[in-house]
Amino acid sequence: MTEITRRNTLKLMSGAVIAGAAFSAMPRMAVSAGKITVLNWQGYGTDEAWSIKAFAEKTGIEVVHDYYSSESEMLTKLRTNPGAYDLVVLNAARCAQATAEDLLQPIDFSKVPNATTIDANLRSNANFLKDGKGYAVPWVWGMTSLAIRDGMPVPDSYKVLADPAYKGRVAMDDDAIICVAAGALMTGQDMNNPKDLDAVRDALKSIKPNVKLLWSTEDQWNKSFAAKEFDLSLFWSGGSVRSKRNSKLPVDFVVPKEGGIGWVDGLGIPASAPNAEGALAFANWLIDPSFYFEWATKVGAPASSNSAALAALPADDLSRQVHKPEYLKTMGIMSALPDDRREAFNNLWQEVKAFYAE
Amino acid sequence: MQSDNLTSASERGSSGPRVRRPLPSWVSTTALLMPTYGWLTLAVFLPLLTMLVFSFMAATPMGKAPIVLTLKQYRAFIDQPYLLGIAFTSLLIGFWTTFACAVFGFLAAVALARSTFGKTREMLLILILLPFWTNGLVRIFSWTMVLRENGFLDTIFHMVLPDAGSIGFLYTRYAVVVGLVHGYLPYMILTCYIALVTIDDAIIEAAASLGARWWTILFKILVPMAAPGLISGAVLTFIPVIGSFMEPRILGGRVGVTMGTVIEDQFTQAFNWPLGASLSFTLLAVVLAIFGTFSGVLRRGTAA
Repeated sequence: MTEITRRNTLKLMSGAVIAGAAFSAMPRMAVSAGKITVLNWQGYGTDEAWSIKAFAEKTGIEVVHDYYSSESEMLTKLRTNPGAYDLVVLNAARCAQATAEDLLQPIDFSKVPNATTIDANLRSNANFLKDGKGYAVPWVWGMTSLAIRDGMPVPDSYKVLADPAYKGRVAMDDDAIICVAAGALMTGQDMNNPKDLDAVRDALKSIKPNVKLLWSTEDQWNKSFAAKEFDLSLFWSGGSVRSKRNSKLPVDFVVPKEGGIGWVDGLGIPASAPNAEGALAFANWLIDPSFYFEWATKVGAPASSNSAALAALPADDLSRQVHKPEYLKTMGIMSALPDDRREAFNNLWQEVKAFYAE
Repeated sequence: MQSDNLTSASERGSSGPRVRRPLPSWVSTTALLMPTYGWLTLAVFLPLLTMLVFSFMAATPMGKAPIVLTLKQYRAFIDQPYLLGIAFTSLLIGFWTTFACAVFGFLAAVALARSTFGKTREMLLILILLPFWTNGLVRIFSWTMVLRENGFLDTIFHMVLPDAGSIGFLYTRYAVVVGLVHGYLPYMILTCYIALVTIDDAIIEAAASLGARWWTILFKILVPMAAPGLISGAVLTFIPVIGSFMEPRILGGRVGVTMGTVIEDQFTQAFNWPLGASLSFTLLAVVLAIFGTFSGVLRRGTAA
């Protein structure tokens, strides 16, 4: 056996360095029919190997990825790397910000034939539009709404959060924007721009006797729900599917009459994209029902914006049961917040939390 | 005498070894300190200074937002008076955690230093430290399993009294203090232990032979003589505890709102770095003021 000496260690380390350098210096495989660079979260649909392979075989377009780990990082990458990306996955709220800074180009929907079956409510979302033109293809959506233990009465309003019947049995999402939105919906206001913040504050404060805990991760939610610490909670639609499917938790996802607190991710094309044609082809591929079927059943996916794709899922699919297309009619979508409003929301939630802790 | 020799040696020229004029002492001191202070400047001082600058800005300097300097972040305690209550809670939690750490840590250190020898002592010291080498998050989450209703604590309690109610107290301030005491106890044990092992056995034997009971020995000899250890342990515990956010968040549930969680929220959720920075510098100022006020008492304690 080789002894661990300084010399051997050095040999090993320098060997590793040389190997690493050689590996990274290898030329990339040459491709004949163009390529596109996609900017997205890692492991979020666009980088599935089977899909990229099939897409390359069909169109001859190679798909290369770059990733971001926060939405502000995504915007920074768009701003500082003109010409580097052909397709970017971005939230509706961020899309409004990106179009305001002229980072995106309008979408030529005639080149995205699958877009005809995209739900109209999503396509007409104001955050995706500027001067009447669409700047992103709506791709997937989800929402935050109420989750309740199986067998308990199904609530029809967010006001149930303050119902004395749930004393000490409610969990809230520790997220300022979500909680302010819930408070706004409880008081019948616009969740993106509530005029009467005092009413929102009072509504949230009125929940105090019911609030058992504030959760911040899905794992924490699952553990506490499994330990029967609460019965009613603000929760994510996708999270409820995962809790039910993977952890076998008896949870029912309910969207009350005020509607869910929704989000939509879109596919945008940067203003400086070198291969916009290829990007449009890939966007069309991503909203195709056949791609969505594979993604949702093999890997697990959020709800598709394409109602045809959602309808193609098996009827007993949990994701399909939770993301009913009719929810889209009532669902409000979180939109871009100006800095001062965001700050006001955060301060409000901080104050409510301090009140809960008293 | 020596310098005479040196002079004569240099006068003799090539016949003796050449003597170089010694460098001024500050040069060698600076050279020796350079690596340490250079590293500290780069890794600690500059980032902190940046944060201090951030705390005077109107918004996080990212993207195209223009940089506006303002003092409004430091007005947070006036504009948002509920922060005062949170700060008070944090100080209270810090006080109780430090107090509990001092009691348990000191007793554990006494037991270690006075009742064990050689290998046994080393073994026990390692056994005390061993759990603290696991990830903090894991340890806190394991507390949730103990403290929650129908958790381990309840199970054991119900073995004795099957019909009694639950004694689980997860999501209370007590749970937060338990988690924090667990987290910071080793600092107290180690500092107290180091102070206690230096006490000469003869002093205690003398006291015992003069008829002192154990409590007299404990409070009249051990505590005063180990005071430096207790005080440094208290400082090492108190300061991080009032800024802690993981324990309150996981064990405190609804009541787990402290300055630590408020600052964390400003950095992660609200993306308002300036407010987070100004709150932490305000907290730093308060802590310095507290230690400044009590420094006289502390010094007397160390001198005793």
